[in-house]
Amino acid sequence: MLSSNIMPYAQSNIFSKTGEQEEAAGASGFAIEARNLSIHYSAFRAVKNVDMAIPERKITAIIGPSGCGKSTVLRSFNRMNDLVPGAHAEGDVIFMGQNIYAPQVDPVEVRRRIGMVFQKPNPFPRSIYENVAWGARLNGFKVGLGRPSMDEWVENCLRKAALWDEVKDKLNQSGLSLSGGQQQRLCIARAIAIQPQIILMDEPASALDPIATLKVEELMQELARDYTIIVVTHNMQQAARVSDQTAFFTVDADRAGMLVEFGDTRQIFTNPKDSRTEGYISGKYG
Amino acid sequence: MNGPGLSFPVEFDPTLPRRHSSGNIFARFFLVSTWAGIAALALLMLTILNDSIGYVIITTEVDPASLAVNGVPYEEQTNQQLTDILANHLSARRLRVLEKETPFADLNQAELVLLVEQEVLDPEAAATFSMVQSLFDRSMVNAELAEHPGATMQMRFWLQPGLLSNSGSSNALLAGIRTALYGSLWIIAITILVAFPIGVGAAIFLEEYTVDNAFYRLLRANITNLAGVPSIIYGMLGLAIFVRGMQPITSGALFNAVSGDPAAATGRTILSAGFTLALLILPLIIINAQEAIRAVNPLLRQASLGLGATQWETIWHHVLPQAMPGILTGTILAISRAIGETAPLVVVGAATYITFDPTGPFSKFTTLPIAIYQWVSRPQPEFRSLAAASILVLMALLLSLNAFAIALRNRLQKKQ
Ligand SMILES: Nc1ncnc2c1ncn2[C@@H]1O[C@H](COP(=O)(O)OP(=O)(O)O)[C@@H](O)[C@H]1O
Ligand SMILES: [Mg+2]
Repeated sequence: MLSSNIMPYAQSNIFSKTGEQEEAAGASGFAIEARNLSIHYSAFRAVKNVDMAIPERKITAIIGPSGCGKSTVLRSFNRMNDLVPGAHAEGDVIFMGQNIYAPQVDPVEVRRRIGMVFQKPNPFPRSIYENVAWGARLNGFKVGLGRPSMDEWVENCLRKAALWDEVKDKLNQSGLSLSGGQQQRLCIARAIAIQPQIILMDEPASALDPIATLKVEELMQELARDYTIIVVTHNMQQAARVSDQTAFFTVDADRAGMLVEFGDTRQIFTNPKDSRTEGYISGKYG
Repeated sequence: MNGPGLSFPVEFDPTLPRRHSSGNIFARFFLVSTWAGIAALALLMLTILNDSIGYVIITTEVDPASLAVNGVPYEEQTNQQLTDILANHLSARRLRVLEKETPFADLNQAELVLLVEQEVLDPEAAATFSMVQSLFDRSMVNAELAEHPGATMQMRFWLQPGLLSNSGSSNALLAGIRTALYGSLWIIAITILVAFPIGVGAAIFLEEYTVDNAFYRLLRANITNLAGVPSIIYGMLGLAIFVRGMQPITSGALFNAVSGDPAAATGRTILSAGFTLALLILPLIIINAQEAIRAVNPLLRQASLGLGATQWETIWHHVLPQAMPGILTGTILAISRAIGETAPLVVVGAATYITFDPTGPFSKFTTLPIAIYQWVSRPQPEFRSLAAASILVLMALLLSLNAFAIALRNRLQKKQ
């Protein structure tokens, strides 16, 4: 399939200020860490007291029944929840040694470092090329000696998203002219074009057919060489297939979501410690 | 009939024919109302056309043939010959007045011909007929003609070049709408320049930057109410704020640009009129722009913000381009309304009779609808014809503005 030398620029410093911060991230060994995190929508507590430390350059899956707060937790990792009126987080989310909810932190900066792929493919109504280039340009993509040109960078990201061969002859066509699966890979290419450290994916394949789903899963595994991936899925086979770590969420008596068990994917699926996890993966409820 | 697996009997009454027939009644009703609308529109167009074409019986002070020299009609004579005609037919006092307005030496041949027509021939419409009368009642037309010995009769389409190139006149045959047309164009330009950016800006603020609290809910509801306020009230507002309150600005005094006319010096200028109409259509533009912005797919915003774009970058690069076709549609509607407004401009101080073209935002003004209003309220039928022709011009103006905006909107839509 893909070879990782397709991305010769992965380590090069093409955005301002990336280098030092990557070092800071490496220090803890964890890409991102939730500490006693609770999230409210106005008065309703959607998620309570989540503690989880997500390993670097691995795929972490979040599973659980509908409404248990999987998306809520995921969105809190790059402060996308800030966009929901009335939503607020308590507790800490530590990223690069910093609580991203600290008052001095700019959520725009957080989202630039932690990319997101949504459930429904949402390419911009612009050309395929522009879809990839826009975010990079916006974030101060610099051309220069030893650095890629924008054209090379767009090609690199589309190759990385396993989309290049399908779109290389129609880069000027609208991103919306692609099929659903291609659109989703375009969204992934768009996300990696700004070189985030973490990519959050909220049920990225739930709107796709089985073949396109498989492609996205392969892509995720390929991307995990360079990126930390956190993926929400309601598809347990998918979690078992692609992820290294799995977190199981459920709701408690007052409908607040909570983390039940978090560990090695093989252990969660073969030897769960909690009876609720066992019940869920064996299909007893949820 | 018993539903399977149900513990109580269920019955259905197959009423499909009745449901279809009630649907058909509605469909027929809507068809009739559509045709009624089309018929009303056609009637309107016919009435306007009927008034704007027809025979006119024209009497003149001097027989035009008598002005010919060696068989050359006065229209084709030289400047010198035309000046001679003026000198021979006008009183010395009248000549001095005209010479003082613009020296004859400064006029070109066409202007001299017009002067001869105005001053020497002084044509008058002795009788004006509508299209229907001209076509189907020739005997009446001929009887009328026989009553005016020496009069000429011509078939006149009142929408002729002179209508556009002449300014206001008390003589229907020589009157035109040039000043009114310029006034309308100036005022609309100012209205768009003021109302579009402010309206779209306010809509962006209300949709993107305000939180959903009681204050802003009240504000939004009030903007909707403002769109329904009678336009004459905006005229009162414009009179108070722009004509009186901002007089140094709207009269141009602040910029040493007063146009020299006493009416303009009091702030009754194109600028005041443009501001007033801008105020009038602002709520419409805001409401429509808000609607268009709200209709932008939230996923698009999330995609942009998720890439580390700021809120403004998201609005500028994604929300506004997506919303622009809708915003333009709303603006078209608003401008169409502004172009036809009369009442607020009368309150702000539109001049009823001016013969000088507006030269800038600080000139006094009249507009097409006001000219039309003035003409239809006169009893003579020739002014009704003049008004009908002017209505055609107003409609053409409206249609071309709309066509421009629609073309712009389609181009924006295609670009995506
Ligand atoms: N924008 C929102 N406003 C209010 N409540 C929300 C919102 N989004 C989600 N919720 C609530 O938070 C809980 C968790 O939702 P979500 O994170 O979407 O669950 P999941 O992704 O696991 O299905 C649900 O009870 C849902 O109703
Ligand atoms: Mg969800």
